[in-house]
Amino acid sequence: MTKIPITTTVNGTVHTLEIAPHQTLLELLREGLGLTGTKCGCEIGECGACTVLLDGEPVNSCLVLAPQIDGRNVSTVEGLMRANATDPLQDAFMDHDAVHCGFCTPGMLMSARALLAEDAHPDEASIRTAISGNLCRCTGYVQIIEAIKHVKP
Amino acid sequence: MTGAAGHTTNVVPHESAAKHVTGEAVYVDDILVSGELLVGRVVTSPHAHAKILSFDLGAARAVPGVHAVLSSRDIPGVNDMGPVVHDEVCLAADRVFCVGQAVFLIAAESAEQCRAAERLIHVVYEPLAPILTLADAIAQGTLLGPPASIVRGDAASAIRKAPHRFSGELETGAQEHWYLESQVALCVPGEGKELQVYSSSQHPSETQALVASVLGIGKHDVVVEVRRMGGAFGGKETQANHTACWTALLARASGRPVKIRLFRDDDMIMTGKRHRFLSRYEAGFDDRGMLLGLSAELHCDGGCATDLTFAILQRAMLHIDNTYFIPDITVVGKAYRTNLPSNTAFRGFGGPQGMAVVEQVIDRVARTLGLDAAEVRRRNFYGTDSRNVTHYGQTVERNHLPLLFDRLTASSGYAKRRADAGIFNASHEFVKRGIALTPVKFGISFTTSFLNQAGALVLIYKDGTILVNHGGTEMGQGLHTKMQQIAAREFGVSLDRVKVNATNTAKVPNTSATAASAGSDLNGMAVKNAADILKARIAEAIAPVLTGGNTSDPTRPEDILFEKNSIVDGRHAGRSISFADAMPVMQRLQVSLSASGFYKTPGIGWDSVKGTGKPFFYFAFGMAVTEAELDLLTGRHTILRADILYDVGESLNPQIDLGQIEGGFVQGLGWCTTEEIKWDDKGNLLTHSPDTYKIPSVQDIPREFYTALLDNVPNPGTIHSSKAVAEPPFMLALSAWLAIKDALSAASNHTKEPEFSLPATNEVILLSLEKLKAR
Repeated sequence: MTKIPITTTVNGTVHTLEIAPHQTLLELLREGLGLTGTKCGCEIGECGACTVLLDGEPVNSCLVLAPQIDGRNVSTVEGLMRANATDPLQDAFMDHDAVHCGFCTPGMLMSARALLAEDAHPDEASIRTAISGNLCRCTGYVQIIEAIKHVKP
Repeated sequence: MTGAAGHTTNVVPHESAAKHVTGEAVYVDDILVSGELLVGRVVTSPHAHAKILSFDLGAARAVPGVHAVLSSRDIPGVNDMGPVVHDEVCLAADRVFCVGQAVFLIAAESAEQCRAAERLIHVVYEPLAPILTLADAIAQGTLLGPPASIVRGDAASAIRKAPHRFSGELETGAQEHWYLESQVALCVPGEGKELQVYSSSQHPSETQALVASVLGIGKHDVVVEVRRMGGAFGGKETQANHTACWTALLARASGRPVKIRLFRDDDMIMTGKRHRFLSRYEAGFDDRGMLLGLSAELHCDGGCATDLTFAILQRAMLHIDNTYFIPDITVVGKAYRTNLPSNTAFRGFGGPQGMAVVEQVIDRVARTLGLDAAEVRRRNFYGTDSRNVTHYGQTVERNHLPLLFDRLTASSGYAKRRADAGIFNASHEFVKRGIALTPVKFGISFTTSFLNQAGALVLIYKDGTILVNHGGTEMGQGLHTKMQQIAAREFGVSLDRVKVNATNTAKVPNTSATAASAGSDLNGMAVKNAADILKARIAEAIAPVLTGGNTSDPTRPEDILFEKNSIVDGRHAGRSISFADAMPVMQRLQVSLSASGFYKTPGIGWDSVKGTGKPFFYFAFGMAVTEAELDLLTGRHTILRADILYDVGESLNPQIDLGQIEGGFVQGLGWCTTEEIKWDDKGNLLTHSPDTYKIPSVQDIPREFYTALLDNVPNPGTIHSSKAVAEPPFMLALSAWLAIKDALSAASNHTKEPEFSLPATNEVILLSLEKLKAR
């Protein structure tokens, strides 16, 4: 099968890759680049566990074909750390016990990251809208909402 | 608006939180394996019931990259995975009993090769008539086993003599667990017969036992390790064993590491659900709404094999009373075999199905008499001194129901909001509001009494760090965090000195499942027991060291305290040594620094045949008030507000407990409202993906959501005076179900009893409305 050459930036690192045309971004991240923080939940774009940022916009990486990221910027949960320190968003999730089984957490964090980039002090309605595509089966969402509400600027 | 109130001490983040927020946390699918790893695939039955006449695996085995294609004939050990009753095969032999039953296994170098091989498997089936509904199962009498009953007094006579009586039927639906991480296992062959199994299992010891059994080897050759699960909720109590056994067979056959991760749709099609129930009841009551007699028959759909069905049915029967004293009662339980995947454990374990019946009864009593339903509930609560014995003979001790009721009705403003809803309804033709209060009393302990045991292995290293092994598994409920806290408190050291190891069958053997909400209760006591043993040894050896030259007033072992990262003489504050400095001394003094701890719940036991005894160590209590708004034109509802007050004793970790309560309630809300499982008339699951099966999203939770822990209610005899939390909050969602029914009932100004079932989908609501109008 013909491979497609792409150049892409993932968490600030430039990668030049040859990839199969049917490979998803999720597969590329997990299997190709070893970035297993992004989780595979449903593979049809419903659960949001695989949410990453593509040029700052949240996307379900299971619905993005890897060739589509040519020339673009991808951010994953592994890229949230700032100079070896946790980001205030990560701190808020820990402080508010917004992490239970943790499987939805990486996607949830990326959706929250995109929201906070637009609005540093979102109200509860905006938070609910921003994470409405991220399913969590453990928390009942309250602690997640509280965490995002209390991210220190 | 959301909010939580309660304890402020013991606030400790989840022990893996830092790994979760950075993406470092390793689940089974994330484990790095060498390039030798093969992908496993399960080939399943397309028929709900059929004979397998013949099959040919030759062409599939010839596909390049394929290393193994297996049928039941290739199982070296026993072809059985039944956890209690041996009626569930690992791979179908001559018949299939449900769509999605495993028939063949494939291991190949890629998923594409697996699929190519699957297409080349030729099977000839002879379809047989399936049983797909409970009604058909009841009609044909496909009982899984003899009916069970619990009887007190003479219900028939009490109902006959009662001033009021009614009868009815209630259907409660199945529910998919929808753990975010689907079923997964990775098996790595070792030397000889050894096999290392990484499984997403709530019950590593049973996974180990079944893997050993299907492979025909000793358990000592199989090590099962569970670091964490991405959610489980009962769905990985027995049914994680399946994926582990299939993976193990492929690893054994190929001699290579193999991983099977079920695709979401396959997982939903292949695995069992919460048992759906069809319950018939008859109740008698007086003018004040006091229940005088209840007779109930619970029919449950076990699916195609027994799994844990009888224990689940039994728990439903034990919780049909919920929080109410019912003088004369008969409850009969019957479980049926159908041609659907074998139904299994799911948070609440039959409790929700049993409680839904009595809550529906109380709701009807209140409507029949024109009384407030919360008041009828209060009147029927178990008493503290009299009317306090359950239908199976256990006394309800330390009953917090009156306290919960008084505090919650006050904090939620129940009476005023009920009146306000009436005013709102009078002025709105197409939108109605309803409000309901429901309580929960949940028995804590495995009802199979011997399962109430746990083990731990605690190791102290020379640098003073502590490694805790215990039999429980971490599925997001925060068990490991609580175990870390307990060990740190017992040794008087800071949390960073204590690490909880991955659950491993080579460290603690023969454990019970992490289930029945008993994980912290049982394993916490086992960890404490190990710590007590080690502290006694250390105290004995360190006392002469602390005494030093003061031989006239020596430090005695019983004076030794473990606190603030030190070991001190409680009578002589000057005599102390840091915990870390003491450990090399222990090694020089030849003191063993590892100990296994054990715990068995005292004083419980019951006769499940007679239906009497004390099955539970204690009861957990909680209460909720929920308000819903219903659009009569679409059937769409919104949960406006929920207030929960819950009793966890002295909370081991309030943040974790509040999260469990909120999460349990929302999961229950899904069961009560949007989570509808449907099969077609061939036994194919129609709701096999998140496209068609709707668990609650953040937009479905209450608009206002207040959760609080009941203060100052230490629970005697448990680890650090705590109580279990996992399952009971699930059942508080019945308040949302009945709030919707209350809004529906407002459409007829509460003059008619609406038809109602569970889940209360838009369809159920609209059909019920049509009937209300027609009458």
